[in-house]
Amino acid sequence: MEQLTTIGLNHYLTISAFLLGFGLFAVMTRKNAIVILMGVELILNAANINFLAFSKYNGGMEGVMFALFVIVIAAAEAAIALAIVINIYKIFKSVDVSSIDTLKE
Amino acid sequence: MSITTYTVIFYLFAAITVCSAAFVVFTRNVIYSAFSLLFTFFGVAALYVFLSADFIAVTQVVVYVGGILVLLLFGVMFTNSIMQTGQKSEVLHIFSGMLLLIGMIGALLYTFYTTHSWMPSETTLQGSIVERIGFETMSRYVLPFEMVSILLLAALIGAAFLARFDKSGK
Repeated sequence: MEQLTTIGLNHYLTISAFLLGFGLFAVMTRKNAIVILMGVELILNAANINFLAFSKYNGGMEGVMFALFVIVIAAAEAAIALAIVINIYKIFKSVDVSSIDTLKE
Repeated sequence: MSITTYTVIFYLFAAITVCSAAFVVFTRNVIYSAFSLLFTFFGVAALYVFLSADFIAVTQVVVYVGGILVLLLFGVMFTNSIMQTGQKSEVLHIFSGMLLLIGMIGALLYTFYTTHSWMPSETTLQGSIVERIGFETMSRYVLPFEMVSILLLAALIGAAFLARFDKSGK
């Protein structure tokens, strides 16, 4: 019971594990490219929670700074990925990633 | 704030985060996923406040909710017509996906809870850390900071170039 009521590192790691699992599930099972992007964002958020949790309980600033850079890179990634998705939609008239098989014979 | 209130609020935000993340991946409607992702991002921002990273929490709200989520919604609206009924997204590999989900979460939780407990430092982060982030950004991390700014500029110009409508030579 004492482990449940005092919030420690394991609580944050548990939430992060759930977000990582859901993100992987979305990336693996969905055919819509935009939902796959949402899964990637969930995975990045899970990583950020881990960085900040370890940084808080370690007392250093490394995790905080890394989380800040992860957010910036995630913004760049989302912009580029959506531009690519819009181009795919213009060419294939669909964002279904399993129908994009031009390179396959 | 008493320790019980703190715990209750933590569990509330944890439940919001995990449940809305589950809804993002289990609903078939893309619009529902996008709006459920909003609650996930807000829940994660609240968890950042619990981790005494209030600046990161504000950045999370501004960048994720104000930027990335709006971008994702624009993507949904560009590529699905709202009027058509078939905006459900297909799923495939549902069995192996569930296996990966349960196996991943189970393995991680098993490792976290059965190995020896963590040994937190004596000096955990307390209170606001905005000032320390400013010092770190301008001292140890000044080169990555400048590099990431140039990268972000280049990526956004590239994205605008890729997504524009009338290509020359049409």
